[in-house]
Amino acid sequence: MWIRMLTAMLAATLLLIALLSANPEYRLFMPGLLEGAVLTVEITLLGAVLAVFMALIAALAKLYGPLPIRWLSTTYIEIFRGTSALVQLFWLYFVLPQFGIFLDAFLVAVLALGLNIGAYGAEVVRGAIVSVARGQWEASIALNMSKAQMLRRIILPQAFTAMIPPWGNLFIELVKSTSLVSLITLADLTFKAQQMNQSTLKTVPVFTLVLLIYLAISLTVTIAMRLLEQRTSRGLTRGRVA
Amino acid sequence: MWDWTFTFEILPVLARAAIMTIEATALGFAIAATLGLVLASIRLAFPAAGVVVTVLVELIRSTPLLIQIFFLYFVLPKAGIVLDAFTAGVAAIGVHYAAYCSEVYRAGFENVPRGQWEASIALNLSPWNTFKDIILPQALPPVVPALGNYLIALFKETPLLSAIAVLELMQTAKNIGSETFRYTEPVTLVGVFFLVMSLVSAGMVRMLESWLQRR
Amino acid sequence: MNDMPMVRFENVSKRYGPLTVLDNLNLDIGRGEKVSIIGPSGSGKTTVLRMLMTLEAINDGVLWVDGEPMTHMMQNGKLVPATIKHIRRIRAKIGMVFQSFNLFPHMTAMGNCIEAPITVLGMKRSEAEERAAELLDMVGLSAKKDHYPSQLSGGQQQRVAIARALAMRPKIMLFDEVTSALDPELVGEVLQVIRKIGREHDLTMLMVTHQMGFAKEFSDRVCFFYQGKICEQGAPAEIFGNPKNERTRQFLNAVLEAG
Repeated sequence: MWIRMLTAMLAATLLLIALLSANPEYRLFMPGLLEGAVLTVEITLLGAVLAVFMALIAALAKLYGPLPIRWLSTTYIEIFRGTSALVQLFWLYFVLPQFGIFLDAFLVAVLALGLNIGAYGAEVVRGAIVSVARGQWEASIALNMSKAQMLRRIILPQAFTAMIPPWGNLFIELVKSTSLVSLITLADLTFKAQQMNQSTLKTVPVFTLVLLIYLAISLTVTIAMRLLEQRTSRGLTRGRVA
Repeated sequence: MWDWTFTFEILPVLARAAIMTIEATALGFAIAATLGLVLASIRLAFPAAGVVVTVLVELIRSTPLLIQIFFLYFVLPKAGIVLDAFTAGVAAIGVHYAAYCSEVYRAGFENVPRGQWEASIALNLSPWNTFKDIILPQALPPVVPALGNYLIALFKETPLLSAIAVLELMQTAKNIGSETFRYTEPVTLVGVFFLVMSLVSAGMVRMLESWLQRR
Repeated sequence: MNDMPMVRFENVSKRYGPLTVLDNLNLDIGRGEKVSIIGPSGSGKTTVLRMLMTLEAINDGVLWVDGEPMTHMMQNGKLVPATIKHIRRIRAKIGMVFQSFNLFPHMTAMGNCIEAPITVLGMKRSEAEERAAELLDMVGLSAKKDHYPSQLSGGQQQRVAIARALAMRPKIMLFDEVTSALDPELVGEVLQVIRKIGREHDLTMLMVTHQMGFAKEFSDRVCFFYQGKICEQGAPAEIFGNPKNERTRQFLNAVLEAG
């Protein structure tokens, strides 16, 4: 969808939240939910940083590393893509302490979600690198560049543009999977909703607001990624003049 | 660290729970595949209604499945529809993935060349017959692998049902954990189960894909 | 060392699985010599350039550049396969222009021309830009230096690619069917630039081409390739005016009839 339509949807969502908050029955929940939303956004941002970092490392390792490193990276990717985020979250949360490793729940959340999305991201990065035209490698060889120079200056900048739309989807997945951290006692948006639902039984207002807030966060991410895509693809898609 | 006796003790319990997980997967995907096709077809047949479907799909895909599960489980009873946890959970998963599947079908429809529609008009076929006999048979086979990938994704999300206490694998593992204070074996076994199942089914999807390409 | 040719293919063979693309090739190219390679498609002519640019590994033989082995190096008086470091040192003497231009789409014309001089040769940006501006001027594109490849016509892109290759100050330039991807009306401007380089620069030039007229007028020598071997070679007047070999005659007849 185009940026304009997405922005309209975001505006409508925010407007709806504002209108609902005018109703005292809804307003009651807003402070608590916003508090949870802050934690959701924090986990999303930190998880995204870890995911991008892991994805780059794992993709480059799988493509260009020596055999053992390639193996290690493939194992990481397959394990984290082959089991679900919730299983990984529980594993880190419940099993690590039995091995004497005690991590705080917030750290577990960032770690599990970042590693999970990073595994999917690794395949995105790898695919984008592989999809850069062969002629670009050949031209770089003809200009006598080293492998590192080719990657850094020629291949990765072009792969970057191809990566943005799939990363947009992954970041949305990340936003959504942050809701899982409520199951390891972190007071995120979903946790707050559950808590309020149980204590007040005002199910409809609580869950309507929560859905709208998640929608607003996701739409913001999508719009940001679209803008980034527009910016970076400028040189690549500018229309033919001659 | 790892207790094999304990492992063999809990294995039958987990195996029974695995059946529940597979049931949830099968039912959820049946809903997703059917409802997704309906959504995509509506978009194809009535462009005006298409905007509504687009917004709905975007809405479903932009919010967490967990919240949608809670929503169906807690909110529907207020409207007089009481569903047990399994039904509500499976319905939520089905609707969530229907949104993804509808996009897959849409891509399938778009890949059928325009000329096929035009030839059908030239042969004076009714729109319904065109859709059923000409378009669907060409649109579906190429998208089967993509649907297969969503089947695997859906399967991996069934542990979310543990949040409304459906006794699938994850919930069972957690129960074992809280009763025995041993989490290592049950949670790891669940992880291994999902890993093996997804690797095997991903391999099957790849085989299907290459078979479809050779066809 | 100077009595060695600029490029020497010594018993070079290239195979893809069971398919022999080049069969025991021996070919010397002298300093400053301009050699055209012609032949039907699949005759291995492009592979000759690609091996010289190290885009394809060779299966047998030795490739010499400027008196030194490129695919191999001397160690204890014996030739052993070259390290990447050795290859890069020798490769610096060679530049290549491709059929499909292969400009870097995320960089302007100027950016394309200064990228490698800065990263590979370690030139200062100001110096690289000055040199690139001269070269872009020479190919007639001063006005387009801030344009991206997608904003340029095919002929303009190919001229930028030529300037980009020259910016590395090669001794040998390879042209791989550089006009084949161009619309007919744009071929002339690119050939014009190549002529100019031939006149003004002291370069050894090796080109694979389908432009028989250009090959005849521009080159010192023409090699006709057929099924992975040099079937006939000689001065352009000889090859085009009085081909000895039946295959050459057939090929030239077919080409001249078509175009």
